[in-house]
Amino acid sequence: MSQILYTDEHEWIRIEGDVGTVGITDYAQEQLGDVVFVELPAVGRKVEKGKDMAVVESVKAASEVYAPVTGEIVEANDGLVGEPGTVNADATGAGWFVKIRLTDRSQLEGLMDAAAYKKFVEGLH
Amino acid sequence: MNDPAQLKTTPLHSLHRALGARMVPFAGYDMPVQYPAGIIAEHRHTRSHAGLFDVSHMGQVRIRAANSEAAAAAIEALVPADYRALKPGRQRYGFFTNEAGGILDDLMVAHGGDHFLMVVNASRKDADFAHLQANLPKEVHAALLADRALLALQGPEAVTVIQRHAPETVGMRFMDARAMTVLGTNCFVTRSGYTGEDGFELSVPADQAERLARRLLDEPEVMPIGLGARDSLRLEAGLCLYGNDIDETTTPVEAGIEWAIGKRRRAEGGFPGAKRILAELAEGPKRRRVGLLPQGRSPVRAHSTILDASGVTIGEITSGGFGPSLEAPIAMGYVPTRHARPGEQVSVDLRGKPVVAEISAMPFVQTRYHRD
Repeated sequence: MSQILYTDEHEWIRIEGDVGTVGITDYAQEQLGDVVFVELPAVGRKVEKGKDMAVVESVKAASEVYAPVTGEIVEANDGLVGEPGTVNADATGAGWFVKIRLTDRSQLEGLMDAAAYKKFVEGLH
Repeated sequence: MNDPAQLKTTPLHSLHRALGARMVPFAGYDMPVQYPAGIIAEHRHTRSHAGLFDVSHMGQVRIRAANSEAAAAAIEALVPADYRALKPGRQRYGFFTNEAGGILDDLMVAHGGDHFLMVVNASRKDADFAHLQANLPKEVHAALLADRALLALQGPEAVTVIQRHAPETVGMRFMDARAMTVLGTNCFVTRSGYTGEDGFELSVPADQAERLARRLLDEPEVMPIGLGARDSLRLEAGLCLYGNDIDETTTPVEAGIEWAIGKRRRAEGGFPGAKRILAELAEGPKRRRVGLLPQGRSPVRAHSTILDASGVTIGEITSGGFGPSLEAPIAMGYVPTRHARPGEQVSVDLRGKPVVAEISAMPFVQTRYHRD
């Protein structure tokens, strides 16, 4: 079974083998409002945990999306370029951003599970 | 200032909460940025039906003297628009200028018969009121109306809704102003707004505001609209936002709002900054506010630099975002006058990369004011 983990910057990562699929959480898309543009990293790019990796633009503002783990981009969801609203409609499904091949699985230990993330979000209000 | 406990609220605050608004701090107020429908849906609804906006955070100032000529002359000493020619029942756009020709705030003034009603920006209302207090002659009295709310009903169906409940609005044209009863509430109504659409603004007693807003929201054409869509609507309409597109460092001529300075005022002067403003009217300004259409899909935001073909910085974006009606990014900014021709290509900095942008005439969408 795949494992979904969360960052305190509201990204999620679903781990399957040594590849993690990454997106922003439902809470994040709701806070952003209508997404009108997504800028994704190129396949092959190396990303570093906690450093910016993608940009998501809503009507109001631009926000950075940070890499939840260090690794290499192996796939980007190019469908978001034409249909950025997918991020709002299905943030944790069809609205995924990229797939990252992990360099260091031990980085996952610092991330939150679903219950911890839920608690974290509740604490923001 | 952004601590929720320190924020001021409008008379519609509990209604916003009840409607599920996302609240944000704006000009010291806790204000709805959007409702559950979202900014794009709210924007489109206003362009095709009617939207209700709470703009009670704005300042409403009543200016009165023994006769309206004296009040108009006193306003003219601070604002370069022609208010002596403003007839009772009419409204006119203007701005406070400083001695350097910069803009202290932009505003609307309506002639209410025995007084003038001035509406100023929320972020500037205290400064504006102090400016009036300090500069009006002692026989002219200004009062900041804390007991009034301001509702804006905007969009092509606003007229249908308002006429259903306020027959006295029949026959009003763009920038007309009348006192009347709307759904049993005494209102001061103007046919104007900040969306580029036909619409009305209703100054209402604070204690009646929620009841009136709820009645208007019950109408099938009307949906509540937050500040997010208010911003995208005004940007598409090419309208300035004070603090972004105009401020103390920009002149009305640079900003392209010199049309508000009437012929008599140009001939006579007699307003703060007249020397610079009249010189710019005669010789042209060094820079101009322009519209920009960035290529691609990514919005370009305020404070991004504008570059010429050789990569030299020539100006700055002052407002930028996504135009839901155009389904494209749009922006405003200042460029040297020689670059200010529609169709000219410049580039804008987008996260360190240059993106081609075309200088565009404004408004970006056709305005639909009811002029006849």
